[in-house]
Amino acid sequence: MRKILLIGFKDVTLAFRDRAALILMLAAPFVLTLGLGMVTGRFSGNSTSGVSDIPVVVVNQDAGDLGQALVDVLNSADLADLLAPTAAGDSAAARQAVDADEAAIAVIIPAGFTDSIIPPQGAAAADAVQIELYVNPTRPTSAGVVQAVVDEYLSRVEVGRVAGTVAVTQLVASGRIAPQAAAAAGQELGQRQAAEAAAPIRLQASTAGQAAQRFDVLAYLAPGMALMFLMYTVANGGRSLLTERAQGTLPRLLVSPTATAQVLAGKVFGIFLTGVAQMTILIAGSTLLFNLQWGDPLAVAALVGAAVVGATGWGLLITAIAKSPSQVSSLGSAIMLTFGILGGSFISLSTLPAWVQAISKITPNAWGLEGFTALALGGGLPEVALPIAALLVMGAVLFGAAVLLFNRQGLVQR
Amino acid sequence: MTAILEAQNLVKHYGDVRAVTGISFSIAAGEIFSLLGPNGAGKSTTIAMLSTLYAPTSGDALIGGHSVTRAPMQVRGLIGVVPQDLALYEDLTARENLTFWGQMYGMAGGALKRRSDEVLAQIGLTDKANKPVKTFSGGMKRRVNIGVGLLHKPQLLFMDEPTVGIDPQSRRAILDMVKDLNRQGMSVLYTTHYMEEAAELSDRVGIIDHGQLIALGTQAELTQQVGGHDTLRLHVGEDQNAERLAEALRGLPGVIQASATDHEVAVIVPEAADALAPIVAKAGEAGLKIKSVDIEEPNLEAVFLHLTGRALRD
Repeated sequence: MRKILLIGFKDVTLAFRDRAALILMLAAPFVLTLGLGMVTGRFSGNSTSGVSDIPVVVVNQDAGDLGQALVDVLNSADLADLLAPTAAGDSAAARQAVDADEAAIAVIIPAGFTDSIIPPQGAAAADAVQIELYVNPTRPTSAGVVQAVVDEYLSRVEVGRVAGTVAVTQLVASGRIAPQAAAAAGQELGQRQAAEAAAPIRLQASTAGQAAQRFDVLAYLAPGMALMFLMYTVANGGRSLLTERAQGTLPRLLVSPTATAQVLAGKVFGIFLTGVAQMTILIAGSTLLFNLQWGDPLAVAALVGAAVVGATGWGLLITAIAKSPSQVSSLGSAIMLTFGILGGSFISLSTLPAWVQAISKITPNAWGLEGFTALALGGGLPEVALPIAALLVMGAVLFGAAVLLFNRQGLVQR
Repeated sequence: MTAILEAQNLVKHYGDVRAVTGISFSIAAGEIFSLLGPNGAGKSTTIAMLSTLYAPTSGDALIGGHSVTRAPMQVRGLIGVVPQDLALYEDLTARENLTFWGQMYGMAGGALKRRSDEVLAQIGLTDKANKPVKTFSGGMKRRVNIGVGLLHKPQLLFMDEPTVGIDPQSRRAILDMVKDLNRQGMSVLYTTHYMEEAAELSDRVGIIDHGQLIALGTQAELTQQVGGHDTLRLHVGEDQNAERLAEALRGLPGVIQASATDHEVAVIVPEAADALAPIVAKAGEAGLKIKSVDIEEPNLEAVFLHLTGRALRD
């Protein structure tokens, strides 16, 4: 056992002294996470955890109740953590603020907005006017959140308008009010609905049976990148076995009083340990740098271990198939990218066709991401039991296949 | 004297390739034994079988009384191996390499540290102990490679062409180290294609060619096989055809053997003084010009030439 540990620790030391490997193991996932976080607007505003304090510029040119109601919604106490609205005098100033990246979005409520929905008493129905949302393209996530708030508000207004129209029509039809009083009744209902539409709006991401939990987009991106570059690490670890064979240190190990099984176990342990160290550094780094919450530490640790086991299986299989260190590098890079795409490291799996989602289950990335997402949404060990089991089975099956291939070829020519 | 190694008809085939075709020899405890032969003769394959890396196709060897085929782990504890190619972790320091390999031989703690210090002093790298091996010169790497092999004080040290590709100063240091180790009681199996090294180091020499041991004995015993004949080394210019000169000389009376390599022809004659004039004349007749001549007393190279008709460097 001691020799297995010593070989493993030696491999970890060698891996962390290889500058090129360090760039791909640690720097690349951080940089890509940072880049994708910026693209998705994760770093907009002074967020401390997830999307919050989104800068919104509001221009209310409407003289009616519904425009003011929307302003009240955006300034409501329930959205105080999420939004940081400021008022602008006119639409040009609002657009300028967005162009200058001072705001994620401008909400411009045009004059006549209320009248277009609830015509004044005695007036004909006005032409429909639309609320303008002027979006900052560098902050799509933040802008999307505000858009969702506005959509929800408009949805309530529309429901109220239709319900009011129906109600007034029925009152007139039943003779409860005179037709000439319909307009006054309709306006009163409209004002009530404006007040109802301004009721608190909350945005939540939740999983069945759990308390609502805000979801940070980085909680998907960071593990996605970490898992993708974990594939590089395990391929590089497998490559070291063939490198040792080529540079003569493997034959030298095999003529020391060390059993072949100990050497192979030591190499596998080295790959596993390097993968765990990489994931731990990435998790710790993203927690410190991005204030990212990964979830229950125990469950995260268990999932990291299982993900590395699954990935190590792939690394060993690649090594057993390849004939030279350079072949491992080529195969490893190809599999890293393929698994990255297929496993959802770049694109959410839910947006991909069902057959792609089915194939993705052969990748550690897909199972790992499923687990990390569940943990980020507040799940614990029970919620990640299936991904952990799947990853462990994957690792065991691939390890078995690799050992069979190694046995057939021999670790060195004999 | 007790034999530390007894090789019994070792054979190694790779498919149709017969790398070693039946080698038997023994090494006495405390002896330096050299396997001398050209590249591809089967020296490294023999060491690979003796060190338990490759299983023999047939035959066996006993090291310290343990069979290399039936008790490889016991054998590995008795031997040290210095492979022909450097087998080191270049991103580790010299000390880290020694420590790791010592641990693979079951060494640990203070004893390992003390032994590493001794070996670093022995290979002359104490002041470079904490530098990564990748920053070392070829000769320094060779010395670390040897240090790893002798760290655990093996009873029998296999050294497979340890001086290939290094400068004369490093080669001298390595040869002196081998003699020093032997004085301390370590038995050594040394392979080389340099006749001078085998001659300087060995108590006995086995000459190997095409996977067979073609001669075995002390230097004196082997040189007797060429009957005390001299070897003339004729150096020709780059524009001259050495093979044509060797061909011309083969028919000359008194020439026992003539063999060409690059721009040199080795000629075995009974007496150099008598043969030189006819040889120069014959070369002139053939239109070939000899630039210089070296005369050598009977040596291992001449033995190899005598036995195979080829020079060691072929």
